[in-house]
Amino acid sequence: MTKKQRNRLYRILVAGAMMLLLLLLPIKGLLRFVLYLIPYLIIGHDILRKAFLGIRNRQMFDENFLMAVATIGALIIGLTRSGDYGEAVAVMLFYQIGELFQSYAVGKSRKSISKLMDIRPDYANIEENGALMQVDPASIAIGTVIVVQPGEKIPLDGIITEGSSALDTAALTGESAPKEVRCEDAVISGCINLSGVLKIRTTKEFEDSTVAKILDLVENASTRKAKSEAFISKFAKYYTPAVCIGAFSLAILPPLFRIVFLHTSALWSEWIYRALTFLVISCPCALVISIPLSFFAAIGGAGKLGILIKGANYLEALSYADTVVLDKTGTLTKGVFVVSEILYHTLPKEQILEYAAYAESASSHPISKSLQQAYGKPIDHNRVHEIREISGMGVMAVVDGCSVAAGNRALMQQLAISYPQESNLGTIVHLAVNGCYAGQILIADQLKPKAKTAVKALRQCGIRTTIMLTGDRKEAAAETAQQLELDAVFSELLPHEKVERVEALLSQQTPKTTLLFVGDGINDAPVLSRADIGIAMGAIGSDAAIEAADVVLMDDDPIKVASAIRISRHCMRIVRQNIIVAIGVKLICLLLGAFGIANMWLAVFADVGVMMLAVLNAIRALYIKPFSEQEELSHA
Amino acid sequence: MKRSYHIEVECANCANKMEAALQRIEGIEHAAIQFMTQKLTVEFSAAADPDAVMQKAQKVCRTIEPDCEIIF
Repeated sequence: MTKKQRNRLYRILVAGAMMLLLLLLPIKGLLRFVLYLIPYLIIGHDILRKAFLGIRNRQMFDENFLMAVATIGALIIGLTRSGDYGEAVAVMLFYQIGELFQSYAVGKSRKSISKLMDIRPDYANIEENGALMQVDPASIAIGTVIVVQPGEKIPLDGIITEGSSALDTAALTGESAPKEVRCEDAVISGCINLSGVLKIRTTKEFEDSTVAKILDLVENASTRKAKSEAFISKFAKYYTPAVCIGAFSLAILPPLFRIVFLHTSALWSEWIYRALTFLVISCPCALVISIPLSFFAAIGGAGKLGILIKGANYLEALSYADTVVLDKTGTLTKGVFVVSEILYHTLPKEQILEYAAYAESASSHPISKSLQQAYGKPIDHNRVHEIREISGMGVMAVVDGCSVAAGNRALMQQLAISYPQESNLGTIVHLAVNGCYAGQILIADQLKPKAKTAVKALRQCGIRTTIMLTGDRKEAAAETAQQLELDAVFSELLPHEKVERVEALLSQQTPKTTLLFVGDGINDAPVLSRADIGIAMGAIGSDAAIEAADVVLMDDDPIKVASAIRISRHCMRIVRQNIIVAIGVKLICLLLGAFGIANMWLAVFADVGVMMLAVLNAIRALYIKPFSEQEELSHA
Repeated sequence: MKRSYHIEVECANCANKMEAALQRIEGIEHAAIQFMTQKLTVEFSAAADPDAVMQKAQKVCRTIEPDCEIIF
């Protein structure tokens, strides 16, 4: 508890005890009033002061002002008629209890959420004359060698130059299994070094490092406000004045009506009392506080799982998702191509691979990389000449004096070389040597082990359509789509065609539903920004992806897409519950107050009670279970 | 130019009111208060002197919540 909160608590306790005592003591008359004033002032003096300042600043519909009017009014009614001063004290007392509770709960969740994102490194070690010195990470230049000891956070992104260790990446990715790292591995800031001493050559300055990027993203998440937040601000803006006007009319109109039309006594004090009851319920605080708190808690809870949501508006849009468009390579598949088979070969397999690897030796395409890897021997560049890349088809080159063509069927067609039937399972590289067909190399990307459960999980959280986009061949794409039981697949797309495809899908969306696009963020930045929500996965260390996406998954586990949707729906459910319950209770109280059924006690009790419920409910948004594989399998 | 400040504001509704009032200050293009992180983000117009504008902002916020504190 802060000093302010403790102070408030003492005042509540003292005033509460005094009030109880006064309720029991049989003191009458003016003395009773004076005695009641003591707890009233103890508990309410700050509100009276703020109310006074509010009047001076012309803030008439300020909650303090309204509370002051309500309680002073109640005291006057007590003085002139009923002799009941307890009500005024009670209203102040409960109001303050509510304020204390609210500030305590908000502070608590603020703290627990910032603890979740406790990845900011406090210092970096640099070695000077054999001794370690702690310096501010922000002062370290690129290329400096820093030392990270076991138990310390890696302060800056870099490459290990010495040592090996296991890293705890849980704070970043939500993944609890430690990650083994060795010399030459790139490491990112924010991980905790678990076992060995590491020397790291930094590759980024602090402000560009992963930690700084993530912190910036999390801290600014609530700048982007959700529609429901805007709705509540608007509601609050009109609610208080409306209730005040209601109170004013209630105090004036019925008594006048009684005098003019019914010719009976006006019952001024009764109607004024009812009007004052209105004022007690006039503060929209329960609503106003619970909505941003829910979003904040949900965004914090998601962050703990390695799901970074860039704003409350995205969280809201995520909850309306009914179509998920997934990129294939790197999202559903590992994005690592491996030579899986060599078919129809007329030459020995080793030679086929050798020719292919040499012909493709100048390319950095993932497919040619997989060929080099399968070949496994160093390339002697003197053996290969006249490499020509034929865009969209493959390469032609002269290897050991033989003309070699390696590429897709379009290349074979162009060279008028007949080729056997293609298998459906992956990407095929056809090889022709000296104009004769020599064989085909089957290169396949592997599905991520969790891809299938991920798609199921999406269905389970209410996604109606799952669509895959890929630049891959039709057959390979269809095969994958069938394995994963996707609803539709669009294949052989060039990057700009992916954008067009997503735009076409967007135009088919019904209003109030949204379309998600999930990609690995490497080359689908335009699609990420075009979709209603762009989710980049495996984004750790990739700045472009972090920038382009609305939701960033820190690792490449596709199940997290479903977890993110689940979190958003959970959060929006809480937001809706709070809006309905809080507005509902207030309206009921107003109604009961107008008919004289609810007195001030009940009004303040309901008002503070509903605020507490709303706050507690909002905090629930922090606790949400992610989708786990076990859960999915048990449902399957 | 965009800057952010720590702001101590007690009630969420006041934060909303302040946000609305801050928009009307000359020299402020856009202001946003994040109640949960107690952070005020101000986008100044090109010619504005941030310190002078923030003095005014502090004053405006105090008319809404007397104890409000902006650290700048």
